[in-house]
Amino acid sequence: MKPLLDIDGLSKHFQLHEQQKLIPSCSAVKVSVYPGQLTALTGPTGSGKSSVLKCIFRTYLPTSGRILYRDQEGKVTDLAQASEYRILQLRRRDIGFVTQFLHCLPRKSALDITIEPLLARGVSESEAQSRGRDLLAQLQVPERLWGLPPATFSGGEKQRINLARGLIARPRLLLLDEPTSSLDSGTTESVAELIETIKQEGVGILAIFHHPELVRRLADQTVRLKAPAPVMPEPC
Amino acid sequence: MKKILEVRGLTRIHGPGCPLCFENTGAEAETNVCSSCGSVVAARDVSLDLHQGEILGIVGESGSGKSTVVKTLFFDAEPSTGEARFFDGDKQLDLFSLNSARQRWLRNHRFGMVYQNPNLGLNFNVSAGGNIAERLLMSDVANYASIRQRARDLLTRTEVLGERMDESPRRFSGGMQQRVQIAKALATRPPLLLLDEVTTGLDLSVQARILDLILEIQHELNTAMIVVTHDLGVIRLLAGRTLVMKYGQVIESGLTDQVLEDPQHAYTQRLVASAL
Repeated sequence: MKPLLDIDGLSKHFQLHEQQKLIPSCSAVKVSVYPGQLTALTGPTGSGKSSVLKCIFRTYLPTSGRILYRDQEGKVTDLAQASEYRILQLRRRDIGFVTQFLHCLPRKSALDITIEPLLARGVSESEAQSRGRDLLAQLQVPERLWGLPPATFSGGEKQRINLARGLIARPRLLLLDEPTSSLDSGTTESVAELIETIKQEGVGILAIFHHPELVRRLADQTVRLKAPAPVMPEPC
Repeated sequence: MKKILEVRGLTRIHGPGCPLCFENTGAEAETNVCSSCGSVVAARDVSLDLHQGEILGIVGESGSGKSTVVKTLFFDAEPSTGEARFFDGDKQLDLFSLNSARQRWLRNHRFGMVYQNPNLGLNFNVSAGGNIAERLLMSDVANYASIRQRARDLLTRTEVLGERMDESPRRFSGGMQQRVQIAKALATRPPLLLLDEVTTGLDLSVQARILDLILEIQHELNTAMIVVTHDLGVIRLLAGRTLVMKYGQVIESGLTDQVLEDPQHAYTQRLVASAL
């Protein structure tokens, strides 16, 4: 099976001009993700797990290395080098990212936030709404919350809205950054079941989990990251 | 996505200009006044692309040249050098070489502009509805009843009460004046909308509703927009891609989340670090 995502030699460091410092974030990362499988990123705090996901989504500009993504037509794109328009297109169609925190427009209802990715792909409002309701129910979000903006929700409720939005359009590649960190065991179980379902549907997943038991249960591969080596400032 | 606008090397210099102007100004020199000839370099060598339905953000502090860019594109100011191509259906128009009649036609039919100061975008001597009618009249709709209906629809769309369409916008609140401006700009369903600090100085709740409206318009009409602002929050909410300007120069550009979370230029890092 050909990998959906093939990362090799990925490094990221931040150059802080004001402090005149180079901060290493991750180095020499090698990871592959296959369709229908889950690769878990593990490692101590500060080993750059989240940075790897952000480099794939291009929220961070990789410093070096390749991030090869293979799309439906078999075309390979290096996400580290791709144009902004190509990245935006892949974000719309192919790549989903569920972060730890819900960033969304204030004042929009939980259901509207959940179905945004479907509307962006041209699904009709009524169908999107019905799929949104099913998914929120599956994730045990109480129905009385669906019409409210998530600003006042609890951490766990926000996290499930965030997950619902990330999963609803079934991206080909899904990036998960601690999607269960603030969930209780009952809702964590429903998230785990949902992840198993979408794996069976062929979605490739790269995930960071807070709970080691989720790694054991869901991961097909595990990649352990080491704390990055300090970077030498470039000679001027 | 189809490209709708392509700007290359846009430059605007106030004053005589001299061969040293570029050397003496810009982000590195930390000024836009040329020390040799005293000219002000408002914008220099600005290039950008805009695709259909895309919102592009331009951020920077006052004097960075961000408004100059949209003003030249709307023909409110003349560029010193540079090119801008507008792709309209299968036509390709070289904006700065058109005669003024053609430029006026484009302003009235194909472009929309919303200014920070409603005084610039609205005529306070006629009613809110009349402001929209003016633009419709310039663009070939000639039947009184249909103009009035269209104006009412547009004002309703932008949440201005239809009952108040015969009042002068002078009597409206700042937020409502911006809504009338947006309704007026949208009257001809332009494929390109330019927004210059449209939420600056408004209450937060009013600001939020204007931003909602802008996103709804983008979604419904697939309008391409350039949003100029000094407010990073506005950029984060609206723009997919962002340019950062300083002293007339584009110093950084990228996907908006990347510019905000992993800024490359020292100035952008300072700007992001000092945002609330």
